[in-house]
Amino acid sequence: MPNLTDEQLKEVMYRMVFTRTWDDRAVNLGRQGRLGFYAPVSGQEGTMVGSEYALTKEDFVCPGYRDMPQLVWHGLPLYQAFLYSRGHQHGGQIPEGVNVLMPQIIIGAQILHATGVAMGFKLKNEKRVAITYTGDGGSSEGDFYEGMNFAGSFKLPVIYFVQNNGYAITTPFAKQTAAQSIAHKALAAGIRGVKIDGMDVLAVISAVQEAAEIAREGGGATLIEAVTYRFRPHSMSDDATKYRTKEEEQEWTLRDPLVRFGKYLESKGLWSEEDTARVKEEAKAAVNEHIKKAEQTEKMTVAGLIDSMFETTPPHLEEQKADF
Amino acid sequence: MAQMNMIEAIKDALRVELKRDPGVLLFGEDVGKVGGVFRATEGLQAEFGEQRVFDTPLAESAIGGLAVGLATQGFRPIAEIQFVGFIYEALDQMFVQAARLRYRSGGRYNAPIVFRTPFGGGVKAAELHTDSLEGLAIQTPGIKVVVPSNPADAKGLMISAIRDNDPVFFMEHLNLYRAFKDEVPEGEYTVPLGKANVVREGKDITIIAYGLMVHTAIKAADELAKNGVSAEVIDLRTLVPLDIDTIVASIQKTNRAIVVQEAQKTSGAAAEIIAQINEKAILHLEAPVLRVAGPDTVYPFALIEDAWLPTPARIVKAANQTLQF
Ligand SMILES: Cc1ncc(C[n+]2csc(CCOP(=O)(O)OP(=O)(O)O)c2C)c(N)n1
Ligand SMILES: [Mg+2]
Repeated sequence: MPNLTDEQLKEVMYRMVFTRTWDDRAVNLGRQGRLGFYAPVSGQEGTMVGSEYALTKEDFVCPGYRDMPQLVWHGLPLYQAFLYSRGHQHGGQIPEGVNVLMPQIIIGAQILHATGVAMGFKLKNEKRVAITYTGDGGSSEGDFYEGMNFAGSFKLPVIYFVQNNGYAITTPFAKQTAAQSIAHKALAAGIRGVKIDGMDVLAVISAVQEAAEIAREGGGATLIEAVTYRFRPHSMSDDATKYRTKEEEQEWTLRDPLVRFGKYLESKGLWSEEDTARVKEEAKAAVNEHIKKAEQTEKMTVAGLIDSMFETTPPHLEEQKADF
Repeated sequence: MAQMNMIEAIKDALRVELKRDPGVLLFGEDVGKVGGVFRATEGLQAEFGEQRVFDTPLAESAIGGLAVGLATQGFRPIAEIQFVGFIYEALDQMFVQAARLRYRSGGRYNAPIVFRTPFGGGVKAAELHTDSLEGLAIQTPGIKVVVPSNPADAKGLMISAIRDNDPVFFMEHLNLYRAFKDEVPEGEYTVPLGKANVVREGKDITIIAYGLMVHTAIKAADELAKNGVSAEVIDLRTLVPLDIDTIVASIQKTNRAIVVQEAQKTSGAAAEIIAQINEKAILHLEAPVLRVAGPDTVYPFALIEDAWLPTPARIVKAANQTLQF
């Protein structure tokens, strides 16, 4: 059990309920064409909210493409998350002091960046930790092995957090690897490897806190495999019924991290259904406000895009503005 | 003949070749059980078995390298890279290992591989899903580059690509997958690699295009016709080999040309085409050959992609500039 105060426990629940509501709304906004590509997260609130919560704001997050909640809870304004999805460059303009990189579409690239970020912390003698995220699918990329191997070799303060939700789009975990677990892959890199229940937000917080402490003390990297499930399909243009059974989906619903943690808090008298309802309303209002703000953000232009390519726009690009 | 959209035509080509040649294998991320994110391979695993049509782990370099290894053992791999932006992960295997296999072995080995990938903008997809990266491929010695613009060509070119004894980068425009249906010949229908298609005859100016831009060019030609300008439109179909003879023959007639590409302007297919026109037809030209292309920026996914992409209006403008030179 992580050492958390009642207020902290409630905050974790607040964030999970908020994230679930945001996800529900985002799916609808996507359908209405008000968001671009959106990767749903419901089911993974335990891993996403918990892992970020276990770190300090000085620690650095290198996300995959689905990890928008970690960025927002680490400080990225929600409307910028929406702008990123819509393809607006301001979505990637991370505010000063928010220690994150942009969502990474190229699966695996972020794993190497986190390794470099961690080396930076080590070189500067800062007791900070980098965390990076990928999925069960991402753990098959060469970049995944290369990053971990570097971290082992240089003893770097980095956490490789794999959210194993059993599928990479349609491909089941069984086809991804013959390894007993993803956590086993840490062995070959000479770093710590642990496997946890990702539907248990407290287990997630404990594992990340421990890994972060070890990293801060110079003990090197940890690979954490958190077993979880995503209730919705890969994206809203994907049909999960083609590769998952209803029974399987239902079985995982029983392990819903919100329900599990909510029940625990209720038993301690810290949470009630009214709290859930209140947070949902708050989250809905926040989503509405931020999507409006995203929509009202000054439109991008091709000329502006051209000027964003280099520090000073070279003549050949300057000339190309005439076409737009 | 059956009516098919481009996805169906591609699937038909894959099925014909899987049936005809037991050495043909098809693999990539999600292509097996479910048939790919666009269902271009739907049903093929059920029909030909998991040995020949299979899902791979998520690793593009391994997909490319697997194809090269299989090629040395007499197979004809069709390897799918799920979206164009992910070819970067496989570039060494595609553009070095496969493309140089014949050279490096002095002809002892060859790589009869088709690397299929969807590409192309206008569908509001995520970052790095819709770039036009043919320029990287055409600058790579040893790999052919195919970009079909319609269902029948997609089928005929795919079958030729599979039968070709050298590696082929086969680029399928996302915005054409389900854009329209057309007559597609049944069975073993082939379209030769390296043969362009004059899709509209004209006498005043030649518009050279490939992929989706063929359709944009045709729209522009319609506009030009309203002002009495007769534009000839050439669909290149393949960029390597390039059918320069068809281009030159057209320019000998029209004396004017523009090249349209969706990719960024600099050092792309259009630049190469214009260089070859200079070499082979400069004395037939009445005006410089202009390019209509994307600007030299990163492809801006979603929000402003329509403003970025070449439009019929921009083609008309360039055509008029050429005509009034
Ligand atoms: C290098 C690369 N290859 C392929 C893709 C396409 N793609 C997007 S998501 C995905 C599956 C990812 O699965 P996993 O890592 O398990 O993450 P999950 O979607 O389950 O969160 C694939 C193949 C990509 N984005 N980047
Ligand atoms: Mg997964």
